[in-house]
Amino acid sequence: MPVKVLDFWASPFGVRVRVALAEKGVSYESQEEDLFGGKSDLLLQSNPIYEKVPVLLHDDKPVLESSNIVYYIDETWPSPKLLPASSYDRSRARFWTDFIDKKVYDAGRNIWMGKGAEVEAAKDEFIDVLKKLEGALGNREYYGGDQFGFLDIIFVSLSCWFPTYEKYGGFKVEEETPKIAAWLKKCYKRETVAKSMPDSQKVIEFVGMMRKMHGIE
Amino acid sequence: MATSGVKLYGGRPSPYVNRVVMALEMKSVDYELVEMNPYEKSELLIKINPIHKKIPVLVHGDRPICESLIIVQYIDDAWTNGPSILPTDPYDRATARFWAAFIDDNFFPLLREMREAEEEAKRLVFEKVLEAFALLEEAFITISKGKAFFGGDTVGYLDIALGSFVGYLRLSEMLNANYKILDETKTPLLAEWAERLYSDSLVKDAMLDPQKLLESLTKFQAMPKTDSN
Repeated sequence: MPVKVLDFWASPFGVRVRVALAEKGVSYESQEEDLFGGKSDLLLQSNPIYEKVPVLLHDDKPVLESSNIVYYIDETWPSPKLLPASSYDRSRARFWTDFIDKKVYDAGRNIWMGKGAEVEAAKDEFIDVLKKLEGALGNREYYGGDQFGFLDIIFVSLSCWFPTYEKYGGFKVEEETPKIAAWLKKCYKRETVAKSMPDSQKVIEFVGMMRKMHGIE
Repeated sequence: MATSGVKLYGGRPSPYVNRVVMALEMKSVDYELVEMNPYEKSELLIKINPIHKKIPVLVHGDRPICESLIIVQYIDDAWTNGPSILPTDPYDRATARFWAAFIDDNFFPLLREMREAEEEAKRLVFEKVLEAFALLEEAFITISKGKAFFGGDTVGYLDIALGSFVGYLRLSEMLNANYKILDETKTPLLAEWAERLYSDSLVKDAMLDPQKLLESLTKFQAMPKTDSN
């Protein structure tokens, strides 16, 4: 059954789907959406409520929302297992996935969209979010324990925007949350992650363009 | 696996706590409801839910689980007796998760906005609530495939996610007949579905009674915004 992904090169949420499919060894067709020039009919039909990427189409049936897509990928292609084995550990993975979804991107966005004093406040909030996630990692190799897993995919994908937040927020992830920086280095060594991430310099340029569009610079 | 003590922390009138109650009832789990006021950030609440400091929290043995829908999924995972709460097919599961998130991210915030709005703004928000509810009616048609519940013949994840709010939808109408959300002329299938929940053997004892909610609401009227999740 064919697999197609509606994606956008800079989308950290798209990265989640790329990494998950790569981890499972699933081949798929990727369709790049032009989010500024005009979204495709397929995107608008597949995701009429939110009109967002990524969308996974499995045998033409759409699966929406990146975390939801990763759960779907894990359940549909069983090997290797991305979610942990025990019910409790799974609930922890779901909890932190929910936390990351609610907090990280928006806190980061407040940094690069912020003006004047807003930037400092946004930076503090972002660092606070990272510190909580660093606490969740504890002394484990990965969020998944000994193995790279579900929660690692959910979080590492957002890191392609970290250099952007560091630039506009005036901080360094390595200084604020060294354990997270170390975990990131480990994840980037993984081929599935390295080949799925957009170039962080290009992301910075892209955000620079968006700031101009929003009249911030 | 499921022999350790189960405690549910939260207030009985909370629709989020109610989701957990519905799931526990479905699985016939013995549990203790520990009434907890979410507006008083007690030491205990901070201990069991340090990140969000909200109710409900389920503590199974000595392990806390937070966020109502995550708790419901945990209950489905941990207790394999009784009916399955989530569907078994991965695509159906993805659909159920998507609409549960819609309920939490779109529908409920609109309900809250409507409750807090001044009279002139209320009508506009009410229209948005009806639009969202119309989407849920369409979803019900597709997902139920002609059966009684979102879950098919038996109550399932989405029935719990939305069913927990039915008491409040009825309360809204009781307080002001102009704000009827469960309207059989607009969303006939959901109006029937809501009625069905109150007589379903698995969840009827868990469903919130609008009269009792009115009594609790009067008590909580002076409180700041809802702090449950």
